[in-house]
Amino acid sequence: MSFANVLSNFSNIIIPLIIFYIVATGIANKVNVYDEFLEGARDGMKTVVGIMPTLIGLMIAVGVLRASGFLDFLGQLLGKLFADFSVPAPILPVILVKMFSNSAATGLVLDIFKTYGPDSRIGFLTSLIMSSTETIFYTMSVYFLTAKVKKTRYTLPGALIATLAGIVASFWIVKYML
Amino acid sequence: MLNYLWAFMILIGILYGCFHGTMADISSAALDSSKEAVTLCITMLGVMSFWTGLMQIAQKAGIIASLTQKITPFLRFLFPSLRNEYQALEYISTNVIANILGLGWACTPAGLKAMEEMRQIQLRRGKNPDMASNEMCGFLILNISSLQLIPVNMIVYRSQYGSVNPTAIIAPAIVATLFSTLAGILFLKIADMRSRIH
Repeated sequence: MSFANVLSNFSNIIIPLIIFYIVATGIANKVNVYDEFLEGARDGMKTVVGIMPTLIGLMIAVGVLRASGFLDFLGQLLGKLFADFSVPAPILPVILVKMFSNSAATGLVLDIFKTYGPDSRIGFLTSLIMSSTETIFYTMSVYFLTAKVKKTRYTLPGALIATLAGIVASFWIVKYML
Repeated sequence: MLNYLWAFMILIGILYGCFHGTMADISSAALDSSKEAVTLCITMLGVMSFWTGLMQIAQKAGIIASLTQKITPFLRFLFPSLRNEYQALEYISTNVIANILGLGWACTPAGLKAMEEMRQIQLRRGKNPDMASNEMCGFLILNISSLQLIPVNMIVYRSQYGSVNPTAIIAPAIVATLFSTLAGILFLKIADMRSRIH
């Protein structure tokens, strides 16, 4: 079985396995599984309703940028700069924005899904990059502000290296899977 | 930061459209996008509630607590200087497990408590509290390296935009996340050792 096959089989079975394991463990521990499920689902709904304004705001902003033609212009500009790395142009803004804001990057990702489809090479690559990276500057500022730290020492280089590794791995996987 | 980014996107878009004759497209895009955001949220309501419902069962069944305990030895390996700091280790492991399971609302509070605790440790050691300790740098690198196992949000977005197999990204995403986390761990270990030598 090839690497790609192993990955796709695993993707198919993991969700049912998780559901089975959680429900079975719950029953074994005498948890009122259905009542608890409803309770948790209610919280999840609240979370989604909470982020709805954010999503509306950012999708409007990305929609405006896309319709104006600026997003294509930016993609082409960045594409020229990074032409040697053979990175598809629409992905570059996602990578840059993701360092600052997850929701803003999400807006761009949805735009890519709409334009190229989530199963296209670019769509798949974007999904992987979004899944394997985090908002570097946002996380650092929130956490270090809490700890009242001013000198962050080697955090940024480490975070950048981890992010780069995630991006390179995503490219490599897409190359072998698709 | 998002205030400026958002304003920048809107203003640049409209200015650019002004000079490229795409103003009509912009008007309809602004209206369509807001409607689209709501449609997306409706899909998300289902999938997110499903996931958080499952996680509620996992929590009541003690699965999350036992996972949190199971990773403590691994955290002791990552942060040897926190070996006997039980409170800090507990916050860190709660944060890491919440991260792995994609429980966003649970990981930030635990993460912030971990940072406060590490600040206290730094003060107890008599070190300069303005300076990040090795554990703080390591903890943040670990967090930023992305730990999430199932990218629930991405699956929702993919299914909303017509993916034939939205969950196809799970395994490849785990592999990519593994790479970024390993790179982060390698870096924090080397940096930690180097700063001890100096």
